[in-house]
Amino acid sequence: MNTANATQDRTPVEGADVCVVGAGPAGALVADRLADTHEVVVLDAGPRFDPDDRIARQERALRPAYDRPDVWDVGGERDAHSASGERFYPLNHSRVKGVGGSTLHWQGMVMRLHEDDFNSRTVRGVGTDWPIAYEDLRPYYADAERELGVAGAADNPYGPPREVPYPMPAFEPSYSDSLFAEACEKLGIDMHSVPNARNSEEYGDRSACVGYGTCQPVCPSGAKYDATVHIDRAEQKGATVIDRAPVQRLAHDAGRVIAATYATPDGEEYDQVADAFAIACGGVETPRLLLLSDSQHYPDGLANSSGLVGQFFMDHLFAGMGGVLDEPTRQNHVGFLTSESHQFYDEADEEFAPFKLEFFNYAGPSPVETALSGEEWGDTLLDTLRKEYGNHVGMGALVEQLPQTESYVALDPQQTDDHGNPVPDVHWTVDDRALRTIERANEIQREILAELGAEITWEAGPDDTGPAYHHMGTTRMGEDPDGSVVDSYCRTHDLENCWIASSSVFPTGGAMNPTLTIAALALRAADDIDSWLTSF
Amino acid sequence: MELTRRDAVAALAAIGVTGGLALGADRLQQSSGDGTDGARPDDEQVRQRLVAVAATVYPSEVDGVAEFVEAFLDGRLDESAHADGIRETVATLDDLARSWHGHPLVELSVEERDQLLREVGADTADADPAGTTSERVRYYVVNELLLALYASPTGGKLVGIENPQGHAGGTESYTQGPR
Repeated sequence: MNTANATQDRTPVEGADVCVVGAGPAGALVADRLADTHEVVVLDAGPRFDPDDRIARQERALRPAYDRPDVWDVGGERDAHSASGERFYPLNHSRVKGVGGSTLHWQGMVMRLHEDDFNSRTVRGVGTDWPIAYEDLRPYYADAERELGVAGAADNPYGPPREVPYPMPAFEPSYSDSLFAEACEKLGIDMHSVPNARNSEEYGDRSACVGYGTCQPVCPSGAKYDATVHIDRAEQKGATVIDRAPVQRLAHDAGRVIAATYATPDGEEYDQVADAFAIACGGVETPRLLLLSDSQHYPDGLANSSGLVGQFFMDHLFAGMGGVLDEPTRQNHVGFLTSESHQFYDEADEEFAPFKLEFFNYAGPSPVETALSGEEWGDTLLDTLRKEYGNHVGMGALVEQLPQTESYVALDPQQTDDHGNPVPDVHWTVDDRALRTIERANEIQREILAELGAEITWEAGPDDTGPAYHHMGTTRMGEDPDGSVVDSYCRTHDLENCWIASSSVFPTGGAMNPTLTIAALALRAADDIDSWLTSF
Repeated sequence: MELTRRDAVAALAAIGVTGGLALGADRLQQSSGDGTDGARPDDEQVRQRLVAVAATVYPSEVDGVAEFVEAFLDGRLDESAHADGIRETVATLDDLARSWHGHPLVELSVEERDQLLREVGADTADADPAGTTSERVRYYVVNELLLALYASPTGGKLVGIENPQGHAGGTESYTQGPR
């Protein structure tokens, strides 16, 4: 744990225009955008990590002595949680608390949602329409791609319309992509590049990817985008960032948030007053903070006149399959994907969810990790590594989960965190449409692997699917204050000076990795906050 | 296949010198302390003992093991808690070699060191920097050496991967087919 800033001044900033809660990608982008012309304060529950520690964190990622949450110091009383749903939700495997947030450990795939994702009820007959269309978000998507630095190519015939090239050229397809391409061509399945928030060439002051191969959970080179980029930029513009300052509650009256009450490591509590507040704590901690901020004005939780704060928790479901070939496949050289297929995505309807296919570049065991976890060494180990490495192939798929009342985030009054607050209970359930779609994705994966001549050795189907760690839906966006928590600009219906920048506002999730949409919505919300402050 | 100083530098670039973030430091401090209670061996002894163990845990087809391990340890044996863990655990292993085999670690044959590691339980133990002796030997001795080897370019090539995880080997090899 970095202690370099243990003595930092964590007292509130006088005269703040904007208080941003959460220094992940949404909060960082809002802070950076507004810091040009406003006094901005960012509060984050976790620490500011020392960039020089990233190699050591990579070592944690490689050594079997450490679990995934250990890499970024997640866990313990601070991060206690419950999971009362029919499926266990491994919350602490899915998040990082600290400056940079979960982009510190993310994969870095950044696709735009498809047009139909915004009109799910109208076009597919299920879910909820967004109050905005793809066209409303389109310029912000382009803006977000520039801000994050996206390497991509306009070779996806199934993607939504674009207006400008990606900021960087796409990464070249992998050798195993070329094996898949042959099989997919015979089956009439189109493959295309993956937009990556990872530098294929130098971008700004960040280097091109150097191939450490541990993107998830840590990129030592900084070639993969993480939100420290925009936190640093915001600070250069004059913003103040206070780490290890978990917000305990939002003080408010009937129509406005007045202050964010936060704790500091020395045991003190402070009130950060501001004109406007942007809550950017992700799809679990955002509803938790609102529920913790209940009052006589909002007895069921702040901004919760609709009763929907915490409701409709969604994630993406993983469907996968893999096997071995009788030839080398050259896996585990890099930790990112270079090809996928959106061909089946827009066939979605009431019966089947949208899904996309992914072609892995890291199928099968990594020799380093196998070496460290086996029971052999010397020549015997080398023989094993040579047998186990080299001929694996694998595919994944992300499947949309519908918003449903049986899936939600609530407070667990039976368990408290290190400040005595009830912990979040992620009550996660999965709908039948998603499970059917996982089977459908598995069928296609099986066809491709059969055409490839693979012996199938593993499958992740409906019974053993897991979450992709994309927390969505818990403060949904809509025009109707009775049926949603925020409006189309992400401002809460109940409080005129409070915005939510997060995937928690997604009414229906689609099946694309959500961060580019989070970024686009954050930039749009920042514009709205700026307009409001200017007219204030 | 020859291990070189360049491999050691690459391994250090991959997993780093141990200063900065304290790998396992918290757990080490919570350890019950069943390691050595004598004087800490000097680092030259640590190097010699780990070179000896490497001759057992590295495959026979690699050459240049001593130079590689010594160069690697130049970057690892610093003032960190992890480095202390290496020193203490290597000393413990040497004590066990003397007790069970009647000779210090460096005087045992490759086969005797293999037997010693198995007697300690390092083959089946889960690596844990704050665990039992077997778990610490697995973590600080066996896995320390295996990580250095298989995160290096030469170690990767032994298995058929020029750019193993942890090594910043660029973004070309993944596009290339087998040669």
